[in-house]
Amino acid sequence: MNSMVEFYQPQPDFGTPAVNAGEAVSLTIDGRVVSVPQGTSVMRAAFEAGIKVPKLCATDSLEAFGSCRVCLVHIEGRRGYPSSCTTPVEAGMTVTTQSDQLAKIRRGVMELYISDHPLDCLTCPTNGDCELQSTAGEVGLRDVRYGFAGENHTQLEKDESSPYFTFDSSKCIACSRCVRACEETQGTFALTISGRGFDSRVSVGPEANFLESDCVSCGACVAACPTATLTENSIIEKGIPEHSVTTTCAYCGVGCGFKAEMRGQEVVRMTPWKDGKANEGHACVKGRFAFGYSTHKDRMTEPMIRDSIDQPWKKVSWDEALTYAATRLRQIQEKFGQKSIGAISSSRCTNEEVWLVQKMVRTGFGNNNIDTCARVCHSPTGYGLKQTLGESAGTQDFASVADADVIVVMGANPTEAHPVFGSRLKRRLREGAHLIVIDPRRIELVGAPHVKSDLHLPVQPGANVALLNAIAHTVVDEGLMDADFVKARCEEMAFQRWLSFIQQPENAPEASEAYTGVHADDVRKAARLYATGGNAAIYYGLGVTEHSQGSTTVMAIANLAMLTGNIGRRGVGVNPLRGQNNVQGSCDMGSFPHELPGYRPVSDDTVRESFEGAWGVKLDAEPGHRIPNMFDEALSGGFKGLYCQGEDIAQSDPNTRHVEAALESMECLIVQDIFLNETAKFAHVFLPGSSFLEKDGTFTNAERRISRVRKAMEPLGGKADWEATLGLAQALGCDWDYESPEQIMAEIAALTPTFAGVTYEKLERLGSVQWPCVDAASEGTPTMHETSFTRGLGQFVVTEYVPTAERCTRRFPLIMTTGRILSQYNVGAQTRRTENSTWHAEDVLEIHPEDAESRGITEGDWVGIASRIGDTVLRARLSNRVRPGVVYTTFHHPVSGANVITTDNSDWATNCPEYKVTAVEAMRVSQPSEWQARQQSFDKKQKQLVEEAVVG
Amino acid sequence: MSLRVYIARDTTAVAVGAERVAQRFEVEATQAELSYELVRNGSRGAFGLEPLLEVDSARGRVGFAAVTPEDIPEVIRCLKEGVFDHPKYVGLITEIPWLSNQTRVTFKRCGEGAPTDLKNYQRLGGYEGLKNALGLSSQAIVDEIKASGLRGRGGAAFPTGIKWQTVLDTDSDQKYIVCNADEGDSGTFADRLLMEGDPYQLIEGMTIAGVAVGATQGYIYLRSEYPRAQQMLEQAIDAAHAAGLLGQNILESTCSFDLEVRMGAGSYICGEETALLNSLEGKRGVVRAKPPLPAIEGLFGQPTVVNNVLTLASVTAILADGGADYAHYGVNRSKGTIPLQLAGNVKNGGLIEVPFGASLRSVIDEWGGGTRSGRPVRAVQIGGPLGAYLSNEQLDVTVDYEALAAAGGMLGHGGIVVFDDTVDMAKQAHFAMDFCAKESCGKCTPCRIGAVRGREVLDRVCESGATEDDLILLMDLCDTMEQASLCAMGGLTPLPVKSAVNNFPEDFDVAPENSEVAV
Repeated sequence: MNSMVEFYQPQPDFGTPAVNAGEAVSLTIDGRVVSVPQGTSVMRAAFEAGIKVPKLCATDSLEAFGSCRVCLVHIEGRRGYPSSCTTPVEAGMTVTTQSDQLAKIRRGVMELYISDHPLDCLTCPTNGDCELQSTAGEVGLRDVRYGFAGENHTQLEKDESSPYFTFDSSKCIACSRCVRACEETQGTFALTISGRGFDSRVSVGPEANFLESDCVSCGACVAACPTATLTENSIIEKGIPEHSVTTTCAYCGVGCGFKAEMRGQEVVRMTPWKDGKANEGHACVKGRFAFGYSTHKDRMTEPMIRDSIDQPWKKVSWDEALTYAATRLRQIQEKFGQKSIGAISSSRCTNEEVWLVQKMVRTGFGNNNIDTCARVCHSPTGYGLKQTLGESAGTQDFASVADADVIVVMGANPTEAHPVFGSRLKRRLREGAHLIVIDPRRIELVGAPHVKSDLHLPVQPGANVALLNAIAHTVVDEGLMDADFVKARCEEMAFQRWLSFIQQPENAPEASEAYTGVHADDVRKAARLYATGGNAAIYYGLGVTEHSQGSTTVMAIANLAMLTGNIGRRGVGVNPLRGQNNVQGSCDMGSFPHELPGYRPVSDDTVRESFEGAWGVKLDAEPGHRIPNMFDEALSGGFKGLYCQGEDIAQSDPNTRHVEAALESMECLIVQDIFLNETAKFAHVFLPGSSFLEKDGTFTNAERRISRVRKAMEPLGGKADWEATLGLAQALGCDWDYESPEQIMAEIAALTPTFAGVTYEKLERLGSVQWPCVDAASEGTPTMHETSFTRGLGQFVVTEYVPTAERCTRRFPLIMTTGRILSQYNVGAQTRRTENSTWHAEDVLEIHPEDAESRGITEGDWVGIASRIGDTVLRARLSNRVRPGVVYTTFHHPVSGANVITTDNSDWATNCPEYKVTAVEAMRVSQPSEWQARQQSFDKKQKQLVEEAVVG
Repeated sequence: MSLRVYIARDTTAVAVGAERVAQRFEVEATQAELSYELVRNGSRGAFGLEPLLEVDSARGRVGFAAVTPEDIPEVIRCLKEGVFDHPKYVGLITEIPWLSNQTRVTFKRCGEGAPTDLKNYQRLGGYEGLKNALGLSSQAIVDEIKASGLRGRGGAAFPTGIKWQTVLDTDSDQKYIVCNADEGDSGTFADRLLMEGDPYQLIEGMTIAGVAVGATQGYIYLRSEYPRAQQMLEQAIDAAHAAGLLGQNILESTCSFDLEVRMGAGSYICGEETALLNSLEGKRGVVRAKPPLPAIEGLFGQPTVVNNVLTLASVTAILADGGADYAHYGVNRSKGTIPLQLAGNVKNGGLIEVPFGASLRSVIDEWGGGTRSGRPVRAVQIGGPLGAYLSNEQLDVTVDYEALAAAGGMLGHGGIVVFDDTVDMAKQAHFAMDFCAKESCGKCTPCRIGAVRGREVLDRVCESGATEDDLILLMDLCDTMEQASLCAMGGLTPLPVKSAVNNFPEDFDVAPENSEVAV
C-alpha cells in the first residue's frame, strides 16, 4: 500500500486543551447550537462548531493565557468583551464572535502588534505559515496609524547558537507560547519573560543563549511559536514544506508520531503529530531534529561482498550479493550442520521486517537460531512478566500516568531516555503526585524544576532484589496488603509460598540495609507510600533488567503490584520502559530461539503445527541459540554463519573482545545496516539497509501500540529492509511472494492471536492500536489484566536475593554502571551523524569528587578504567549524581570501549548481560588504551577497505 | 507626677519634622527636669497640624500643632506650668473641627496611643469584634458583613459579603486571607496611616475573616515603600501571638489563624489582586486571567479572600457593633464611611473619614481649604492615577460610588488630588500613559504596546499641539485599551486621558498648521 500523500498544512488547532470528561453543556455560538463537555472554553467550543475565533496566544496544547486580547467575544448578559479562550462554557450561553464592535477592537489590537513588528513578510521564513500574518488578514487590518518610528524591537539580534533552530527576538509578539510550552509540555522551565511592560522579552537566562541554557532542544517552543521568532533552521534554509507523510519515530520506545514534512524527496522538518497517542504533539531533540542521519554521507547504498575481512570490498548488484550470501550460508550448513547458522533481527526495523527474518530462519535456515537485541535489554521483562502476569509486556498506556498518585521510577531515567514520557511524568508530579526514585544515581527526577522525589533510595548496584523484598516485607508486616485483590485474582498456593518466604526476618528492611545501602526508615516510608498512597504505578528500565538477577527483579516488581492491588486499571501497573522503537515488536514477532511469534514455546506441538500448516514447512522443535550462545558456539567452532540486521553487536554487547573474537571466527557474516557499523567491519556481505523514512511498515512501542511507519522517500540502497530479507530468503529457496508490508501484516494477524484484529485499514482509521487487538477488544487494549490476568490468576514467585558474582575487590573497588543521555541514542549510529554531537561529543566517566580526589583525578583528566575483563580510557567528569563507590558512563561512541570492560555475567533466566554492575578501578592515565588505539586503527583500515572497493 | 506626651512617628509626620521635634523635646525636657513619658503614636491624619504634640492634661487630650524644634522650650514651659498660652496651642483634640467634623469609625483610634500597645487597643474597644465572631457560625459572620453593605475599599468596590460567601462555599483543605496592602495609587495613604497607627485593627479584621471562611493562614502583602508599616505590623503580630490572639486555638476557641507580612518589590501592578497572588507565590508579578476567581482558585490554587486594608479593618467595627449599625451610615448602595485622602495642591491635606453621601466640594473647600498656592482649583483627580479629572464645575457631586461614576469619575480607593489653574492637562494625559507604560506588567497587548503608543502620541501633542488625527487615534487607542485590556490597569488608563480631553479641551487645541479635516 502506498503512503498517502497529504498536502502540507499546519495541524488543526482548537485553541485550548480538550476536556475529556464532564457533563455535556449546550450553548449557542453565532446562532449555532454546540454541545461540549463542561470545562471546555468558549473558543474551543466555537472551533468544534466550525467557527474560527481569531487568536494569537492560544494554542490547544497549552492552558489558556488570555494575553493577546484578539479572541474577545460578546456574551449575552455579560459586561464587556471576555476573552473566549479563558471563558468556560455555561449552559444556555449565547455567544457572538463577530460584530462591528469586535472587529474594531480586534483591528485596534492588531494595529498595536504590527506597530512593533518587522514588515519583511515576503522574505520571512514563515511567509504563508505565520499566525500573525493570518490573523492580521482575518481581522481586516488596513492601517498602522502609529507609524513605525516609535519604540520597537525590530533591531534585536538573533540567537543562532542552536544547531537546529533560530530565535529571532525582533519578530516576537510576547505571547508566551514558548515559555508555556517549555513549562507545561516539556517541563524544563528553561524559558521565561524578562523585563516588564514594553521591555518584556523571551529569555533563556541572564547571559545565556539557547545552546548554553537549560534548553533540551525538544522543539516544543518552536512548534508553539506562532511567528517566525522560533523557526527550524531547516525551514529557514529550505522553505515551507509542500507535502507530508505521517510516520513513527525510529529512536526510542516511546514511539512518537511525526509528520515528516517534505519538499520533493527531502524531509525538511519532522513535526510531532498531535494525534499520535504516545506523544500527543510533543517530541524530543532526537526525533524532532536529528533525522539528518538518513541522508548523511556515511550512508551505505551499495551491496558489497568479500571473501575475508582483510580484503577490500567488492561492490556488486543486489542479486549477486544475495546469491553469494545464500550460497555461503548453505555451504556452511553442509560443512558444520543445520544449526551452524542463525540470525539476529533488528529491534529498529519494522514488525513486518522482523517477521520475515524469523520466518526465514525457521523455514529457510531450518532452525531456531534467531534472537534480537531484547536479549541485552528487556529479556528479563519478557521472562519475568510472563511468569507472573502471563504477558511479556507493560500493562498500561503512557497516558495512564496522569491518573497515578504514587509513581515509582526504578532503574530508569525517563527525562533523558524516554523524554516525551518523562514530560508526561513531570506534569503529573507538578500536579501533586508522589515520586519514589530507586536508583544508585541522583537522576534528574530527584530534583528538577518544580519536581522533587518524595524519596530517593540510592540502592547499591546489584542489590535490587534485596530492596524490593524489603519493601514487600514491610507491606505485609505492617498490614498494608490488598488481601481482597490477592484472594480474588492470584493463585492461592503460590501466594502462600511467597508469603512465608517474604516474612522471613532476612527480608526485613533492617536486615537488608547491609546489602542495599538504603536506610531501613526510608524503605519503610517507601513501602507505606506505595501501598497506601492511592493509585501506584511502577516504571522501570534497564537498571532493573541488566543484572544477574534481572528476571528476579522484574518478578519482584510484579509481586509488589499484585500484593497491593495496583494492576488492572488506569493509573497503576507495571511499566517496562522499552528502549528501542520496535524492541517490543521484535519480541512480539518471535525473534526468540525458544518462542514462536506471540511468546509461545517452539516446543509446544500445537503452536508449532499451526505455523507448519500455514507455512508448509516442518519446523525445528528444539530451541536455538541466544546471542551469547552464538558467540560461544562461534568460538568453539559450531556456529559459523550469521545474518545480522540493524544491530551493532560489536559495539553494544558486553565483553567486546569476546564478541570480536567470535565475529572473527565466522565464515559468513552478513550485515544489513544503513551505515558501516562496528560489526560490519567483520562482515563478508554488506547489504545496505533502509531508514524508517524509506519504507512502509509498523512499529510497536512500549505501550504495545502498533503504529504505522510510512515511506517518505525511496530507499537509498534501492531496497527496503523487508525487500532485502525477502530477496535473501528467495535466494535460499524459500517460495515467498510478498508484494507489500500490508500483506505481511495480514499473515502476522492470521498467526498471532494478540494481533488477530490488526489490519492496515484499521491502523489508517484509528491511527494506532494497542495489542491485544482481538474480537473482544477490536480497537485494542489500553489497560491489561482488567478482570483477569493473561495467564488467568496472577502468580507470585519467590524472589530470593542472590548477590551478583561481580564483587568489589581490593583490586577493583568501584562499581561501574551505565545508562543513556538525552542527545545521543544508544550506539550513536544515528545521532553521532547529526548535530546532536554538539551536546555530547564524547562519552565521559562520571565519578564522585571523593573518589576522584583520593585518586588524584581532576575534571577532564584521562582516566583508565579497568575491570577483570579489560580496560579502556575516558575523560573524567566529577559529579554528585553518583554516590561514592559508583562510577557511570555511556556507550554512544565506539571508541569509548565501555563494553571492553563489561563482563559476561548475565541474568540467570535470559542471559541479559549485567551491564549495570562491573567492578572496576579508575586511575589517571596519559593516553587512550591499547584497545582503543587498536579500535581506531582497525576502524581506519576498514573504512579504507570500503573506499578502495572495486566495482564487481 | 509624670506627663504623658504624644508625638507621631508616622511617615508623614516624620517627613514634616516630627522626629526632630521629638529629639529636641527629650533633650529639653530632661534639662528642664520635666517628668514625662513620650509615646510615639500614629498620626491622626490632619497633616496641616503635624508635627502635632499632644499631652494628657486635666482637661483631657490637648495639643500643640505644627510644632518646630524651636517651639519646644516654650512648650515645655507651658507643660511645666500647666498654662497653655502658646500660639500653637489648639486645645482639646476632640474639639478640633477638622477632626471632629469627621465620622471616624475606621480611624477612631489612630493617634490615640502607641500603635503596638495591645492593652490600649483593647481598652479602646479592640478585639470586641473577634470575640463576637468566635461566638457566631461562619455563615452568621458572613451575613453580618452582607448586612453592613461593606464594599471593597481598594477601589473595585465589590460587595465584601459576596466575596466571603464564595470562599466559604468553596471546599478546600486550605484557604487563605490575603490583605492587599500594596497601596500604590499616587496621592493615597489611608492604608499606610492605619497600619502605622492602628495595626491591630487590620490583624483583628483578618482574623475575623479567617474565622468566617475557614482560612487558617493570612498574608499581608505590603508594598516595599512602607518600611514603618512593616515594623508596626510585625511587632503587633508578635504581641498578638504572645497574647493568644493569633496562632492555635485563638482565645481558647477551636479556631486557628497565623499571619505573616510579605514585602513587595516596587511594582504598582502587584496591587492588582491576581498579580499580587503571583508575586506572593514567588512568580513574576503578571496578571492572571479570570475566571478562575481568586475566591475559588487563588493563592497556590486555593480559595482566597483578597481584600484591601481598610475593608478588613472595617470588619472589626461591623462585628463589634453589628452590620446594621455600619449600614446606618451612607446612602444608596454605598454604605458605611469612606476615608478620603486629600492631597496635591491643597492647603490642609490629610485623611477625612466621612459617611458616603457627603459633598465632594465641601470636602475640598471646607476641609481642604482650597489650594495651597491660593490659585483657583482647576482640576481634581479622584481615585488615583487611573481616576478621571473633574473640572471645578463638576465637583458638585456626592461621595458615592455610583454617583461619581455617573458623573464620569471614579471613587476608587478615595484618593483626591487637587490641581490649580497652572496645570497643563495635556501633560496630565501624558502622565497617565507614561505611568501605565512604566508600570505595565507587559502581559496583554493593549497595555504593553498601547501605553507606549499613547505616550508617543501625547509626546507629539505636548510638543506641537494635537491634530484631529491625533485625537481620533488617541480616542481609538483609549477605546481599545478600555475594552480589550486584561486588567483594570490598561482598562482604566483611558479614563484620565479621556476625561482630560473631554473636560479640558482647550489644553488640546488643534495646532493651526497641523489641523486636518476629520473624515
